[in-house]
Order: sequence, then structure tokens, then C-alpha cells
Amino acid sequence: MTSDAIGYPVPPRSDQRRVLGHPVPRIEDRPLVTGRGLFAGDVAFTHQLHMRVVRSAIAHGRIARIDTAVALRLPGVAAVWTSADIPGIPPVDFRDASRAADEIKPYRQPVLAIGRVRYVGDPVAAVFAEDPYVAEDAAELIEVEIEPLPTLMSASDPPGEFDDGRSTAPLTVRHSYGDIDAAFAAAHAVIELDLAIGRHSGVPMETRGAIGFYDAAHDVLELHGAAKVPHRNKDTLVRMLKLTPAQIHLYEGHTGGGFGVRGELYPEDVLVLVAAKRFGRPVKWIEDRRENLIATNHSRQQRHRIRAAVDKDGRLLAIDDEFFHDQGAYVRTHGASVVGRTMSMLTGAYKVGAYHAAGHYRLTNKTPAATYRAPGRFEGSFVRERVMDAIAAKLGIDRVALRRANLIPATEMPYTIVFDEKGAEKLPLDSGDFPGFFDKALAHFHWGEVEAGVKARRAAGELAGTGVAFFLEEAGRGPRDGAQISIDTSGAVEVVTGGASLGQGFETVMAQICAEALGVDYRAIRVVHGQTDRIAHGIGAHAARATVLTGSAVHATAVKLRGLALGYAAELLQTPAAELDIIDGVVRKRGIPGAPLPAGPSITLGDLARRVGPASDLLAGRNPGLTAQAWFTTAHTVFPFGAHFAVVRIDAGTGRVTVERLLVAYDVGRAVNPMMLEGQLVGGAVQGLGGALFEEFTYGENGDPLAVTFADYLLPTLSDVPRIETLITEDAPSPRNPLGLKGGGEAGINAVGAVIASAIDDAVGIPGAVTQLPVTPQRMREILRKRGR
Amino acid sequence: MPEKFDITLNINGRDYPIRVEPRRTLVDAIRDDCGQTGTHIGCEHGICGACTIILDDYAVRACLMFAVQADGRRIRTVEGLADGDTLHPIQQAFIDHHGLQCGFCTPGFLMLAVNVLERQPDIGDDELLDVLASNLCRCTGYQNIIKAVQAAAAEMRKA
Repeated sequence: MTSDAIGYPVPPRSDQRRVLGHPVPRIEDRPLVTGRGLFAGDVAFTHQLHMRVVRSAIAHGRIARIDTAVALRLPGVAAVWTSADIPGIPPVDFRDASRAADEIKPYRQPVLAIGRVRYVGDPVAAVFAEDPYVAEDAAELIEVEIEPLPTLMSASDPPGEFDDGRSTAPLTVRHSYGDIDAAFAAAHAVIELDLAIGRHSGVPMETRGAIGFYDAAHDVLELHGAAKVPHRNKDTLVRMLKLTPAQIHLYEGHTGGGFGVRGELYPEDVLVLVAAKRFGRPVKWIEDRRENLIATNHSRQQRHRIRAAVDKDGRLLAIDDEFFHDQGAYVRTHGASVVGRTMSMLTGAYKVGAYHAAGHYRLTNKTPAATYRAPGRFEGSFVRERVMDAIAAKLGIDRVALRRANLIPATEMPYTIVFDEKGAEKLPLDSGDFPGFFDKALAHFHWGEVEAGVKARRAAGELAGTGVAFFLEEAGRGPRDGAQISIDTSGAVEVVTGGASLGQGFETVMAQICAEALGVDYRAIRVVHGQTDRIAHGIGAHAARATVLTGSAVHATAVKLRGLALGYAAELLQTPAAELDIIDGVVRKRGIPGAPLPAGPSITLGDLARRVGPASDLLAGRNPGLTAQAWFTTAHTVFPFGAHFAVVRIDAGTGRVTVERLLVAYDVGRAVNPMMLEGQLVGGAVQGLGGALFEEFTYGENGDPLAVTFADYLLPTLSDVPRIETLITEDAPSPRNPLGLKGGGEAGINAVGAVIASAIDDAVGIPGAVTQLPVTPQRMREILRKRGR
Repeated sequence: MPEKFDITLNINGRDYPIRVEPRRTLVDAIRDDCGQTGTHIGCEHGICGACTIILDDYAVRACLMFAVQADGRRIRTVEGLADGDTLHPIQQAFIDHHGLQCGFCTPGFLMLAVNVLERQPDIGDDELLDVLASNLCRCTGYQNIIKAVQAAAAEMRKA
């Protein structure tokens, strides 16, 4: 089905399902708790070389000289490369080469720096050695002489020079609709804010790794340690290395967290492949933590100057936002998509009369940036909800009432936002009663009582506050994904997908969906993902796509396979297919729910597979085997939504913000596994607290990164966070897929920055006090000083 | 080439005679010289705890020690927790309570928790949380790890 199709019927809830929608244990856990995982660092080939990357220690400069002679003399060193050794290798390309703007193509990152370095961490040379310790020794012996150039450390500063004659301001993206000038002219009040989101990122516990292997016998290059988007990266590598699709394959093992940053295509991935082929030996590279903090994608850093026009009741007549996006030193695989996503989702679930946003995409001398869980939404929700709090304060309207009044009413759903700009994707919100959901969430949090209690604490002198934020999410980007499912002669089921697992429970989700449709035990299903030699197409795991898109493809395939199996069984059991069911892998006569199974002939799926093998006389012209392949196609994404509520207290002496409560309320459409969805919401929320309060990649004026260890870059620990509360509702299934799915990977983090800012404002009694994330103790103390305490 | 030393690491009751440079970290030796890759490397500066093992009777970070320092000492890693196909209560509890997502930090948390529960079976919640706060997890938000460890503690006290 293609669609604008608002069209699938409301799917059943879990109480009418066997396994779909139930909080069953994961099938991927056993190897992980017994130490038998296969993470990138665990991959090893005989006779492998180890790569070490020499990185620039200067944030911006011309490369005057690279002296590798001493390093090459070190025993155990096989080779040292600079850009001169890989002349035909192009810069790391965009994932969607056809969709990326031409203006940003010259800003892609070379695999090894050519002529200039542009951030501390920029790869300038690569050492290949017999032993990783020797590779590091050799890297230290390489002399890199760089003539410094002026650094540009702020995206909102006047642009500088990226290259001779090329500025650091390649692109401004715009989204708009309605008559913005008229709306501001008619406004009862105008609110203006200057807001900043700090530079932070996903920082998975496993650093990156890449192992290149060249199978000379078959002329196939292999990249192990792939993650997130193996199939898409294969396509990019085919273009970059001028290969045919059959000449390269990517293999995903276990992945120690992704969060958007892990699994993108980076210079090191290209280097190990080129080296493996040239040396005829496997090449292994494992990133260390310092590299991870300066070389893996950063994210989030933006500065917004936003104006809102409202009527006397606080209704949003118009929003005008100009923002500066700090891309860092190069454009990476996403091009400018975070800028586009920031502005398309900025208005969230509110109805806004007129809208204009201009996002200035700026290069600076910092680590390149790209997507991190809820890209553009964490940022946009912070900005939008700051505006809502500011309007409430200015007009003297209650924060909750103001939000409720501005939410798109249920009567206007589905609601489509269309932007004037050519090529700007419209936003067709599919389902939901936003005000009704908000009321439910407020009641669950006991907002009224909580707010009254916190007010009393403030009156007693405590710095305590409540925060609220409403957010919109997006998931399930198409256009399509496919799956293959087969049942072998033992009855075992294999689901082959082009999805990826970053630890989110992909295998269990797909197994539950398949098991429900097929009628087998979900634990007996093997789920394949991230292996490009098993299936030609795959979307990987990003932007909360896996459950919605790949899950719908698995559902469609399982339904098809069930039909095939029942058809054969009907012939063998001499019973009409409509009277048959598959229960725990056995085809038998359909019974009445709750009653004992009816007597009659039955056949296991394994036996059935054997009966339709290649030698079978049952086939009558049909292909042998119990196997099916199907696709799911959709024209539009789906739009889950939610709200965050928080209580914080502030220590006036230290500036420490303690989060006492945080509730993530979320309508997911339909949850495949509520236990795992809750895990996603809780984990996401805690990551969000990192970006709201602790984590920041800071730099010195000359571009030196100041957060290069876990002692400087502070991930939330167990003692920094409260028990996160969740409210999962299933009131608004998506009509855009058969299972009503909406995806859940990014909801936990979306509005955490927003809700913590709201709560801090409330605690200190200064509307608009928080203008910048993260609110570190230093920044908190600055706010308190201004307040006069 | 720097001089190498002959040492023996005893991991989960088995001796691994290996020859290493004095600068070789214990975690590299466990993983690459002894092939026990269940112990992970997360930061190599002693903060994340992914490489936590039990050395003699104490949980330590294997990235902060040299292999030669562990010569002849008893090392326990995640590979030694289960008894054949029977999982250790802490492993079962992590599965039952969804205490892991990507699983990368898990071996470190398991060894940290097992060590504290073996040494202090009746440890109070506050002290237990203090101990668990020494390792980092990026996926779970910690609360299911806490639930799992508390459940395992109860189970281990029964045994």
C-alpha cells in the first residue's frame, strides 16, 4: 500500500494477541550476559595488521610537513600513509548523495587531511603495524608540522575561510508558511529569546571499530564492525571505491550502543578497507576513548534567536526563528539534515498561525557534528518550550493552560503542515488527541498536587521547582523495507532483515512480530540483521525506523508465509485453510478461544517444510520450501507524541541541580514490547539529563578540546539520576501501518532539556532564567548570583 | 622491542602461561593473549568500569593494571559466572529485569555486583547503590540494573 493512506484499521490491543504487545524477555541477552558477544574489538583475523590514526593537534592550519621516516624504521611497522598515499580516494560521501545540497559538497571530509587541518582530531596519517602497541609507538614518532591559521569557534560569529575562496557559511535552510509580518503586526505581545544548546553527543560505551578483510579468492572486500546502516554504507562505499555491489560486504556484530553516532561512515572505515586490499592482509582499527570524544560525531550545538507573536490569550499567531547550527569542521554523511529537522519539527504539536525559520549552517574548527538520538527535536523542543514558558510568564497565564490551549485539537487531526519552500517536506501528523493525552499525563503525575507541594517548599525557602514540556516525535521514514522469512525442516524460523541492532532489542521486536503472525514461539526465531550478503536492501536502525518500517515488512512477510504454509497444510490435512490455525509451530484445526484444542489431524511446520522440499510431488509447479519475501511501503512518517514532567531542587551553595522526579508520558500507538519500550524511554531520559545538566564538549579559544576523558566529559552516573517514571499510552495507533506502530527510541530524550529548564526557572522564580544548556553548576551559580542570592 | 616476561594468569580456574611486555595492560592480556573477550574495554582510564574483573577477592579495573602485576593471582571474569548451562543468579536477574540493552557494560556490572554481594550479602540499598554508581551505562538509565542486582542479592541470600 502506498499512501497518504490513512487507512489501516485500528489494530487489536495486546490482550487479544499471543505475544505481540507483551513484555516478554529478550532473545538476545544470553550471549551478552555470558561474555560471548561479538563486538568490534572481539573480531580478529589471523595475520592482521593494526591501524593507528595520527590526528592533528592543531585546530586549524596548513600542513607544512609530515615526516614519517623515523616511524617507518621502527620494527613491526608495515607502512605509514598520508593523503599522498591514497590519491584516488574521494572524501567520505553523503548517505543520500542525490538529496544533499550541492552547496555543501566541497565541505565533505577527506579520508586523510589534504593540505589543511580543520579540527583537533583531524586524521593526517595512518600507521599500520604488527601490534597495536607498536602502531601507537610509531604514531608518536611521526612529526607533523602545521602552520596555524585563525580558528573560528562560534557558529554565530562572522564567517571565516574554509578553503581558499570558500567561506564557512555554505548554506541557509528556510522553512515558512503564512503571513509572518501580518501576524507580528497584529500581535498583542511579542516574545524574544536568545537560546543555546550545548555541544554534546551519543558517546556509546563501546568506541568505534573497523576491521577490513580482503577475500582475494573471490575479489570481495569485507568490513566488520559495521553498525546502524550497513546497507546504506555499503552503497556509499560502492560509489566511493568504484566497486560493484557484489565486491563489498558489511557485517554487523554486536554493537555497544549507537545513539546516532556509531555506524555512520567515517574516514577510518574507508582506510581499513583500502589498506586491507592494498596489503593483502586484514587491518583492524579500534578507537580509543580520547579519539572517540574528538573524532566521532558531535551533535546538538545551536544558537537560536526566536520571536513569537501571540494574541491576548497567549495563542501562537507566529513564530520567527533564526538559528546558527555549529557543524564543526566538515560536513558528514547526513549533509544538512539536522538543520532541516530542527525547523520542520520546531513548532511541535502546537497550532501556529504563521512560521518562518532560517537555519544557518556554519563550519567551525571543532569536531564534525551529525545526528544524535532525537536529532533536531531535543534542540527544537528546548527552544519551543522555552518560548511557551516565556509567553506564560509575560501574559500571566498558567504554563499548563497555555500549552493546552495551543495544542492542535483532536477535531483537526489528521493535521498537515505544508511549508512554502520547494522541496521542504510537509509534516502530515497522522493521529492523536493531544489535549486529551495531556490531561491524562497531568493527572498521572498529579500535577496540581505536586505543583502545590513544591510551591510550599519554595515558600519555606527551598529552591524547588516543577517543569512541563510537550513534544512531538517522528518515526518510521519510508519509502520501503523488505524481509525474508523461511522455515527449515526442523521447524526453526529465520527472519532475514536489512535492519540493524544497536542494543535496542531489534531481534526480540522482529521475533515477536513474526511469531504473532506466523503462530510460532518467538524464542525459536533467529533474526538476521546487518549482513549485506544475506539481503540486498536494508534501512538499518536510525530515526526510530526499525520497529515501524522493518517491523511492518516482517509482519507482511510473516502473513504471506502463513498463507503459504496453511495452503500446503490444507492439501495435506484435507481441511480448508480457513479452518486451520498455527499454534506453537503446529498447523491444526482452528479452535475456540479458551476451549481445549479440537481433535483432528495436525502437522508441524518442520514436517510441512520437509513435505514441500525440492523432491516433493506436492508442489505441482510451485517453488519448493516454506519461504516468503515481502515489502512494506509507505509515503509518510508517523508522529508519536508525549510530555515530560519534572521536579528539581537546587543547592544554592554548589549550584547542583538535583532531579527529584522525571515522568516521560508517551503515546506510542502500539507497543511491541512494553518492557523494552520502557527501557528505551528511561535510558533516553537519562541521556537527556546528561545533555541538560552535565555533558558538554568545551573548547579553548585556540580550538583545543577540553573534554577528552570521562573525567571532563561527564556522563550521568547512577547517583546523578532519579528513578525515571513512565506512562505509556496506546490511544493513537498510526493508521499508516497494519500494526499501528509509531516507534519509541527517541521519546525519552526529546524534551528533557526543555522540562529541566522549565523546572529550574520555577525553582529560582525567574522566568527565562535558563537560556543555555547544559545547566552546569557554574551556570546555575551564575543564574543565582544574578538573582541576588 | 621491549623485553618480554613470562607470566601466568589464572582466569576462572585455568592457567594461561603468556609472554608479555611489562607495559601490557591486564585487560589486553586477558582479551588478546588469553582469548577471554567477555571483559570489555570502554575508556582505558579507569572511569567507566566496563573492564571490571575480580582479582583475588576484589573487583578491579583491568585497564588500570599491568598484566605482570597479576602474575599468579586468581582472576574471575564474566566467562566464569555460569555453571555450564546454568546461569549465575546475577546473569538470570539481568535478563529477567531487562538490565541490559547493548550489553557492552554488562560484564563489568556483573563482576562488580557479584563481588560486592559475595563480600557483603546483606548490604543495604544505599551502600549498594554507591558501589554500582562506580560503573557507567549509556543505555538503561540504570534503574533496571538496580532492580536486577537487588533481585540477585535476594536470590543469592537464599542459596
